[in-house]
Amino acid sequence: MSASSPSAPRGQDLPPATNWRRPQINQGWLARLLDSKTFLIIACLTPALGLLMVFLTYPLGLGIWLAFTDTHIGRGGVFVGFENFESLWYDWVFWGAVFYTVFYTTVATVLKFGLGLWLALLLNENVPFKSLLRAIILLPWIVPTVLSAIAFWWMFDAQFSIISYILVDVLGWRDTYIDFLGTPWHARWSLVFANVWRGIPFVAISLLAGLQTISPSLYEAALLDGASSWQRFTRITAPLLMPILAVVLTFSVLFTFTDFQLVYAITRGGPINSTHLMATLAFQRGIPGGQLGEGAAIAVSMIPFLILATLFSYFALARRKWQQGEAND
Amino acid sequence: MTKAATADDGSALLSWQSRQRRVVTVYVPLLIFVFILLFPFYWMTITTFKPNAELYDYKNFNPFWVAAPTLANIKKLLFETSYPHWLFTTMLVAVCSTVLSLVSSVLAAYAIQRLRFKGSAYVGLAIYIAYLVPPSILFIPLATMVFQLGLFDSPMALILTYPTFLIPFCTWLLIGYFKSIPYELEECALIDGATRLQILRQITLPLAVPGLISAGIFSFTLSWNEFIYALAFISSSENKTVPVAILTELVQGDVYQWGALMAGSLLGSLPVAIFYSFFVDYYVSSLTGAVKE
Repeated sequence: MSASSPSAPRGQDLPPATNWRRPQINQGWLARLLDSKTFLIIACLTPALGLLMVFLTYPLGLGIWLAFTDTHIGRGGVFVGFENFESLWYDWVFWGAVFYTVFYTTVATVLKFGLGLWLALLLNENVPFKSLLRAIILLPWIVPTVLSAIAFWWMFDAQFSIISYILVDVLGWRDTYIDFLGTPWHARWSLVFANVWRGIPFVAISLLAGLQTISPSLYEAALLDGASSWQRFTRITAPLLMPILAVVLTFSVLFTFTDFQLVYAITRGGPINSTHLMATLAFQRGIPGGQLGEGAAIAVSMIPFLILATLFSYFALARRKWQQGEAND
Repeated sequence: MTKAATADDGSALLSWQSRQRRVVTVYVPLLIFVFILLFPFYWMTITTFKPNAELYDYKNFNPFWVAAPTLANIKKLLFETSYPHWLFTTMLVAVCSTVLSLVSSVLAAYAIQRLRFKGSAYVGLAIYIAYLVPPSILFIPLATMVFQLGLFDSPMALILTYPTFLIPFCTWLLIGYFKSIPYELEECALIDGATRLQILRQITLPLAVPGLISAGIFSFTLSWNEFIYALAFISSSENKTVPVAILTELVQGDVYQWGALMAGSLLGSLPVAIFYSFFVDYYVSSLTGAVKE
């Protein structure tokens, strides 16, 4: 920097201070342009906001429009009003998908948070090889979902399932192999299990980060006051963890509700449409089925739920800032 | 970490946790968790190296071990399918979309956090909300767009659409990082006559390098794992990404080649797992940082 700036006037005949002028840096038009704040703001925001506008905001609007048309692949559609939604209203496959989406989200989220919190508390104990453990535990989250789903598919095989093998031949708890993916309820629970398996690491590691911000002196004080471990958990850990829990919960619910990969990889909605999520049903009707309008209508039906989740997250975030006493962002 | 350790020692003294009790309440559950979380990977690996005779015969062979390991499945995957090509496409898409997202996110985060203009908080909020828009409701309209733009079945379609979920995440993460860099440093530089661009390049970015690495790694793994766009926008076999190709190209007919499928899953997971193992700490910090911000 010093090399580029012209040296201040110096020498034998120093001019009086009143005559001194700020040395004029002869900037090119480009440098001047880059120093203009308005230009900079626009230039900096354009790539990100441009990409998001074109590939996120516009498709979101287009999707809502498509839901009200009868577009097929390769053929533009015309506006048909609520026809798509009306036919969905009388479509038991759609209602089955809505039921399973809600069931899948609720059960998987409860299990993920119960087990994830437990795992986070275990990791927060002073255990050896903590960072190695943390790295290992995150593996299910790193590996592409579809690939671990294929592993689960093989583990849920009707004839050669290793889980059945353990239950029947090793432990002798059952007489017959379980048909994991052949009957509706078995398939539903198997998918929930796979989802929980994949979701625990994210919940556990995020909550662990939250746990580590809680000051140990609070626990010491509580111990001196004679609080039991359950009291310490409900009075110190839970309230202080609540804000981060709310955010993690929002993300988890959102991504579980709109899940696609796991179900598509393992069952593709079968047997007899019992494990369709709204996303997989939208895909099946929209892309291979060609009925883009109807697929879009199913996808759009997810939006009210997403808005609820977003609002929840926003207020949880606002509450957290209020607790920290930060004035603005 | 040290604080937590001392606290634990304190609690151990005060509440008198005996060693046995600690084993039952901490180590045993932890072991069970690790076992369940890792078992599918073990199973994936062991199946990859099993010859077909062992794969379908639990009576004569112990299913938990390989009696005669074979490389046939891996060989089949590498030389009889276009796996190398899929790997290359995935790499290309992941790298390009990561770079694209990082550049746009750095600029956007700098503008929102440092150039402080009217409404910058709302732009930040809008980007946060964009993160909550899931690909599952965008893929149908995006598919029609991709088709109209003539990008269908080209990696370009993926490079341009992946930033929709990468940019919000990276921007949000980098805003947090920029926030932690003292503003005074930039003011000093401004007084010394540095231009805004110089400040970004010579002061802010070097200090935000850990954040950049975290965001980059997270983006890379996210684009490696992406599935629904790649499934919907790509149709020809050689342009598919690894996760899509393994599911759609290796599963044919009713008889599944489990050995080859598991080999595909293993080899598809390994690159990202190895990449991850080098940067675990950055990855964890980005995961938790994004949640905390």
